[in-house]
Amino acid sequence: MSQSSQARAKCEISFTVNEKLETVQVYAMERLLDVLRHELGLTGAKEGCGEGECGSCSILLDGVLVNSCLIPALQANGAQIITIEGLGSDGRLELLQQAFLDCGGAQCGICTPGMIIASLHLLKKKPHPTLQEIREGLSGNLCRCTGYMQIFEAVAEAARRGAST
Amino acid sequence: MKNAPIVGTSVPRMEGRAKITGEARYVDDMVLPGMLYGATVRSRIPRGKIKKFFFGPGIDWNEFVIVSHQDIPGKNCIALIEDDQPCLANGIVNHPEEPLLLLAHPDRHLLPKAVEAVSVEYDPLPAIFSMEESEALEQIIWGTDNVFKTYLIEKGDVDAVWQNADHIIEAEYTTGAQEQLYIENNGMIATFDPQQGITVWGSLQCPYYIHKALMKLFALPADRVRVVQMETGGAFGGKEEYPSMIAAHAALLAMKSGKPVKIIYDRMEDMAATTKRHPSRTRHRTAVDKDGRILTGEIDFTIDGGAYKTLSPVVLSRGAIHAGGPYYWPSIRIRAKAVATNVPPHGAFRGFGAPQSLFALERHMDRIAEVVGLSPAEIRRRNFLKPGQTTTTGQTVNEEVDLSKLLDRALELSNYHAKKEQFAQENQQSKHKRGMGIAAFLHGAGFTGSGERFLGSVVGVEACPDGSLRILVSSTEFGQGTNTVLCQIVAEALGLKYEDVSIAQPDTHAVPNSGPTVASRTVMVVGKLVQSAAVGIKETLTASGMLADSYSPEEFRAACRDYVAKHGKFRSLAHYEQPDGIFWDDEKYRGSAYAAFAWAVYVAEVAVDLPTYSVTVDDFVALQEIGKVLHPILAKGQIIGGVAQGIGFALYEKVIWENGRMQNGQMTNYIMPTSSDLPPIRVYFEELGNVHGAYGAKGIGELPMDGPAPAIVNAVEDAVHFPFNSIPLLPEDIFAALSERAAPETVATTARVQE
Repeated sequence: MSQSSQARAKCEISFTVNEKLETVQVYAMERLLDVLRHELGLTGAKEGCGEGECGSCSILLDGVLVNSCLIPALQANGAQIITIEGLGSDGRLELLQQAFLDCGGAQCGICTPGMIIASLHLLKKKPHPTLQEIREGLSGNLCRCTGYMQIFEAVAEAARRGAST
Repeated sequence: MKNAPIVGTSVPRMEGRAKITGEARYVDDMVLPGMLYGATVRSRIPRGKIKKFFFGPGIDWNEFVIVSHQDIPGKNCIALIEDDQPCLANGIVNHPEEPLLLLAHPDRHLLPKAVEAVSVEYDPLPAIFSMEESEALEQIIWGTDNVFKTYLIEKGDVDAVWQNADHIIEAEYTTGAQEQLYIENNGMIATFDPQQGITVWGSLQCPYYIHKALMKLFALPADRVRVVQMETGGAFGGKEEYPSMIAAHAALLAMKSGKPVKIIYDRMEDMAATTKRHPSRTRHRTAVDKDGRILTGEIDFTIDGGAYKTLSPVVLSRGAIHAGGPYYWPSIRIRAKAVATNVPPHGAFRGFGAPQSLFALERHMDRIAEVVGLSPAEIRRRNFLKPGQTTTTGQTVNEEVDLSKLLDRALELSNYHAKKEQFAQENQQSKHKRGMGIAAFLHGAGFTGSGERFLGSVVGVEACPDGSLRILVSSTEFGQGTNTVLCQIVAEALGLKYEDVSIAQPDTHAVPNSGPTVASRTVMVVGKLVQSAAVGIKETLTASGMLADSYSPEEFRAACRDYVAKHGKFRSLAHYEQPDGIFWDDEKYRGSAYAAFAWAVYVAEVAVDLPTYSVTVDDFVALQEIGKVLHPILAKGQIIGGVAQGIGFALYEKVIWENGRMQNGQMTNYIMPTSSDLPPIRVYFEELGNVHGAYGAKGIGELPMDGPAPAIVNAVEDAVHFPFNSIPLLPEDIFAALSERAAPETVATTARVQE
């Protein structure tokens, strides 16, 4: 039947997610987003549009900000991946997450994991971004609730608190 | 015992931590053992009779669960206001994307191909796609006259005034469909058990709407239908009604397969098939005297409801009541009508008819100003409603609102006068034309008229075994801050800490029906009830001698703990009672339309770049009187987010239709504002307080959607002196209008550029 014929097309890949080595059986062209969500239960990255426009599925792939809905699983073989679940540790929040909480950067929360990953990426490149740099740095991540202003404030506040250090 | 106030402070969002860590569970994050995935086969034509379904080759159809209307145990409808919308088409379709059949399979990868492989043979029928075609009555597609609902609002003697008026100003304004574009697509999971009935978990606003719809569809009693809200990734009205359809579909598949079924829409399906803001057409005819005072007016407000009635009558009602805006009309006649077309039903979207009729009114005020020879600010000032005067429905303004003062403050905050003068000067030499625009408006909080009385909301507060309190409401959180603000209200009411209060997950088996989460009613109406239920807990404790009149939060907690240990369940309920002095006549559409209005003046600064005809909003001042601000950060977030959607409504968001189908159902070609597109949105509050709401709060969720579009288009007119009366206003529209207006000037401009 169709399912078994598809299973034969699967291949094995390994990558590191949030500092943990994972080995999974995937279809070569399966979306990395689906592998993270369905195979590994990492549901923090969300699907908003499925075509790389909204940024809700943003992750860091070898330090590069990508839309995981556009990445074929095979491309992740051997890569280092960071998802929202990899931020903070032992119940402690990253400064950036805390700033989102304090400034009202999250409303419905669906864009938030992607938005925080994109902000983290921005602050790594530019520890003290200008407002214009924040606007541009987050322009690949759509938010329908906030009108972005309080997200900008959260990123600026995190920079002030030294999030990149 | 007096603690620091909690209401009025920005406590952390109740579910904020789960959202910033990725732990928050949305419906697509949930998996049940043995779960199938469901998909919907939809109509590809606007109107016709279904002759036959063909299940194409290349698919092993035995592996699929297939559901048609014949599998529906009860009535084939999505119960709402009227039962005219089928759950699955039975022999006839009335709009593109109408659900025909349902499929389910364990492998979600196989579903798109299977949906594609189902073809349908139709006898097509002629279809209509515009309000004008609907009104022409050449095709009757709904009832006997294509009309879902009409209202007539009349105040005073309209007909006597016209002959003595100094000016009569007439114009027509239109607004387009707008997609809510919550970032989380719609989704549901359903299970069916012959004994326990149906359970659905989903992304939704109104658990009890779904509950009602499923009871009727499955002919089940209330206790055998359970609806649970998962974390919901944005809604804006877009998850008010359509989730009932998706829940019904998932539940039908679950019943037939005996397995859990998940249906998650992809973006294109969500945009094309689910509801959008009603397109509208408003005709104004206004008599004014030489000083610019409104003498009388006739407003003809029409909305396109799509193929089924759904919520159109209620959207129409709110649009009609808001059509006269924050002005005093000595007399007025408002005729409102919702008509049928063969497009997917339009529905709730933040503002609910008011952004449409207020766009028309606030553009029209600028038109009147121009004819009379007054400034946009002055024409508004001369006509503002004052305390003691009556609205178009005859409701007396009994708040001490001073709209003139609000206007002055907004003009000052935006540096309106100086900028207007400066731009008028600079525009003469520049191809970057700048302008300033004003919109003054109001928004009624809560259900209209007798609506809250009919709803009869019930809320509960219960003490938990550990002595903490838990709020029981069906009011849902989808970003606005419901959880946070209701917990603040309870903590404040009892002098507890914010951390002592939590809120139950909305679940129809666990929470009473506090009404739908719509109409800016949650804080004002439900909040007040929650406050009252909380006080009930305290009164029981003090009456039983377990709590002194004066107590610490710790003592309160201990008393609750002891009470629960001794008596078991400890719950206090509060029921809605209509405030005194509220009278509404549903027949004549007269009386107190809303328990409270929020008032606002917004000012937009725009630039029109003539080489590209693109418009940018460079500054935006949003000043509003909303009663007491219970949570400054959340309140500000509501206003900024609403203004951003309003900017999209005005300048970006255009639904392209072809034969009733949305052609641009993607985020790549339906454009909403990005972080690079928005101006600084500067938010200011006036706080008068309000007797009806919890701690003096009024509703604010919808208000900020009403003002941006007219303020922006007024500013565009100020910049390029052309009376644009339709939105969305795209660069190509401005190009076409300005080119047509002054062909010689355009040629001259081009020539200069070539030099």
